Parts: sequence; C-alpha cells; structure tokens
Amino acid sequence: MSDAELIILGIETSCDETAAACVRGGTDVLSSVVSSQVDLHARFGGVVPEIASRAHNELIIPVTARALVEAGLDGSRIDAVAATTGPGLIGALLVGVSAAKALALTWDVPFISVNHLEAHLYAAFLEDPELTFPLVVLLVSGGHTMLVCMEGHGSYRLLGSTLDDAAGEAFDKVARFLGLGYPGGPAIDHEALSGDPEAIAFPRSMMDQGLDFSFSGLKTSVVNYVRKHPEVSTADVAASFQAAVVDVLVTKARRAAAEVGATALAIGGGVAANSLLREQFLGACATDGLHGFLPSRSMCTDNAAMIASAGWYEYRLHGASSLATGANPNLRLSTIG
Amino acid sequence: MLILGIETATVQAGCAIGGHEGVLASAHSAKGKRHAENLTPAIAFICEQAQIELSEIGLVAVDIGPGLFTGLRVGVATAKAVAFALRVPMIGVSSLDLLAFPVRFTPRLIVAAIDARRNELYYALYRQVPGGVQRISEPTVGSADDLASELLALSEEVLLVGDGAHRYREAFDGLTKVEIVDQGNSFPSAASLVQLAHAQALREDFQQIDSIQPMYLRRPDAEINWATRDSAP
Ligand SMILES: [Zn+2]
Repeated sequence: MSDAELIILGIETSCDETAAACVRGGTDVLSSVVSSQVDLHARFGGVVPEIASRAHNELIIPVTARALVEAGLDGSRIDAVAATTGPGLIGALLVGVSAAKALALTWDVPFISVNHLEAHLYAAFLEDPELTFPLVVLLVSGGHTMLVCMEGHGSYRLLGSTLDDAAGEAFDKVARFLGLGYPGGPAIDHEALSGDPEAIAFPRSMMDQGLDFSFSGLKTSVVNYVRKHPEVSTADVAASFQAAVVDVLVTKARRAAAEVGATALAIGGGVAANSLLREQFLGACATDGLHGFLPSRSMCTDNAAMIASAGWYEYRLHGASSLATGANPNLRLSTIG
Repeated sequence: MLILGIETATVQAGCAIGGHEGVLASAHSAKGKRHAENLTPAIAFICEQAQIELSEIGLVAVDIGPGLFTGLRVGVATAKAVAFALRVPMIGVSSLDLLAFPVRFTPRLIVAAIDARRNELYYALYRQVPGGVQRISEPTVGSADDLASELLALSEEVLLVGDGAHRYREAFDGLTKVEIVDQGNSFPSAASLVQLAHAQALREDFQQIDSIQPMYLRRPDAEINWATRDSAP
C-alpha cells in the first residue's frame, strides 16, 4: 500500500479534550471527533488534572468508536494508530496512550508516538499542503507560546518562546480577574467586541527585543489599572489587553519570518482562534508578501486530526514507535540548531 | 472461552490468559511503576508464551479497583480498547475481591485492605462460601486506625490481606485475633482475575464496555475542596 492511502487513527488526550480522528495519507480527514470537557472544569477556572483523567477514561472508547463510524470504517481498515505521548497532563496522556497502544496491538498495526507540539505545527499542513519551507509557525495556546521555524518535515528550530506565562494563560487569568468566566480566550474575544482597543495603553513587553515573549507584566498592569480605576469599562480593558497581546504576537512573528527568510507564516494553537489575532495576522502577511496560513478555528484547538496527520509524517520519517512507549508530560520539540 | 485479564490497581501490574483449563500464562511486576510502558508489551508476551493470538480472546476481564487512580486508568483504558477492537464483552472485578479470593480456605473473617495512601486503606470484609468468597461489606475508604477499631469491636478471628495491611502494620499490632497474610499474597493478581472472571463468564454475567468504570471511592481533591469552600462561612 502506498503512503498516500495509509489510514491513521489519531488519539489525543493531553489536556481537556478527548479526541479521535481518521486521516488518510496525512491530509485527507475522514472524521474528526472532539469531546470537550470545558463544562466540567469551568467552575474551577482551569483544567483539574484528576477530573480530566477521569473524563478521558469514560470518553476514550465512545469517541474512538464515533470517529470510526463517521469515517465509515471498520477497525480492520486502520493501518496505524497514533497518539499524543506528550507534553500534557500525565494522567490524561496515559489514558490515550494506553488505549492507542492496546488498539495497535489488537489490530496488529504500528503504533506511532506523536509530540503534541509537532502536531499543532502539522495542523497547518493538514489544511494547506501547499505550504513551503522555511515556514515560521507561531504556536499560541493555554500551555505554550513559541515561534518555530520548520525547515523541512520533522526539522524544527525554536526561535523564541515565552519566559513566563503562555498567551492563553494570560487570557485565562485576565478573564478570571475581570469576572468574564472560563475559558478566557473566547470570553475576552467576545467582551472586546464592544470595547475600545486604544482606551488604555497597556505595555508591550520586550516588543523591541528578540523573539521571546513575556506576558506576566501585562497581566499585572491590567490588575493594577483596574484597581486604580474601578469604574473603567470592562469591555475597554478587555479590548486594550487583547490589542497588547496581539500586537506583540504579530510583531514578533513578522520579525521571525524576516530573520529566517521564511516564505510562509502560519499560526496554530487555541489562541489562534482569536478574532483580532486572525485579522492582524492576515494583514501582516499581506503587507510582508508572505504566504499566510490561518487554520480553521476547529483546527486551532486540540483535535486528533492533527495527531493523525503528524503521525503520518512521523511514520514516514522514523517508522513505528515501540509498544513500550509511555507518556512524557514534559516532552519538548526535538529541535535542530 | 479464552479470557484476557488485566490488573493494574496497585504498584503491581500484570496480565494473564486463561479459561476452563485454568491460567495458561501470566506476567506481573511490582517494581518500577511503569504500568503504562509495560502493560501492552506484557500482553504481547503472554500471548506468545501461551501460543495464543489475541483474536482468540473471547472476554476481557479487568480489575476496576479500588486502587491507585493512574494505574487503574491505564488498566481500564487498555482493557476497554482490547475489548472494543475484538468486539468482545468485559467483566470488571474489584481489586479487593481479587485479594480475598486466594486466601478463601479459611473459616476466619477475611479482610482485604489496599493501600490508599494518605494514611488510609480501601477495604472490604469477606467470608468463605462454596467455590469462593462472598463480600459482606461494601468497599470503603478509611484510616487504618478506623479499621483496627472495627476489627476489635467484631471480636472475631480475622485474616487480614493486602499491601495496605503491611503498610499500616502498626495499627493492627495490638490485635491478637488478627493475622496478616504474608507479602507474597499482598497484591491482587491477574491470575485470580482470570479465575474469578471465568466463573462469572459461565453464568454469562457479562458487562458492556461503557459500563466498566474504575471504582475510585474518593472524589477528586478539587471537588472536595470546592465543597468545603461552599460550606465555609
Ligand atoms: Zn494543544
């Protein structure tokens, strides 16, 4: 069978979405099922690991079963099973890894270990196979904020990352402080619609230097400003905060693309669903003459189609993974240079 | 019918294959805490040893706890995935039942106790019945001292079995009517799981995959703290 026909079942359980998907040839998504636990964690204002692990354990088989049904496939048609082995919450990861290895063993097909961060990078290729190298990807989520240069398949260079909070974490913390609820990203995005992004000049940390990020100072500024001006409009705060984050993200992404001579720029991760970021990102790519790639919103947040896709490239490059593979909560992107 | 048994409720993890001829192959390890890494290769290993293809398995039995949360989930997720891929039914058995079963040939009251960490035990009481044991109390979680007081009040000869009995041995020191079973039988075993599941399978007492869930006996800490917060003034 040619690689283009390989059907991979992907499984993702690294945080609070239980997901399974069937993808043919790395890019042809036959099904993608995501069951979000957001409601289970909302009252705690963040993901509770033990609650997430319990929910994954209940959902993993029904979600996998649905992914097969929606793809119109019987288990015997699956050619390999790929699962996120890190980074993420250890108890959550173990549910997906255990189920995926057991499926691979029982169906007698290869098991493929997938790095969650690499999968977010591959979400871009899933929807835009035309992307060319070198490609700079801005990966922004609740757990990560990084600029990565992809020089080829499986070949990455980390250009910059956050020194403190992840961008998504900053959204969550500020939303909680403003009483906008959880998750913070969509809550602020929505609140900002009716606010003035120029109402308050929040600081843009490290704007002029390098490719690293820092968001904890911005969060502190928001808190201090609101304490000092208790009658300020929440919408104005949300809009001004969001504008500051997006400004830094877009400025650094452009700088990164210029520094490495990238032909294309892509974004990924949950924060890439933010409306202002999407708008400014496309504008910047147009100005700079870069092929810009904006994933669909469902591909920004955690899903298993990107796991199956990254698994396909991983399998072509390195073959199957051992059935003795475990989960690694601190797995890093294996980078060159 | 061939049964695959998966057991990962304590620091020991193991698996076994068996049926009406008894246990055909088993593997377990009680060191390393590498349940997730070891379990799938161990299943492949016992199949090879017993010269059985996984596709010949007609039932998947799993220890549903109580026990270590992460270990249980590795076992339950693995067992469900195998059962799902093979389209075969499942049987869930409590870890405490598995501890009591091998020491059933005694007229004494059997108490199975698994280390629940945080100075607590998961435990249940059993009596011998023809062909096995019968649980006479619901599995519960409590301190070793609570269990010791309970046993003292019963004033009966007791056989105490499980890693929890060893871990909190001092709590039972003064109880003259309580004997602790040696270390060799202090973990639930996959072999017992296959034996118990086989008896249950003969009665066609099967479960669907979705109805199999770990028996946690404890809520997540976040929920406990949340409840405390709510009731605080
Ligand atoms: Zn992610």
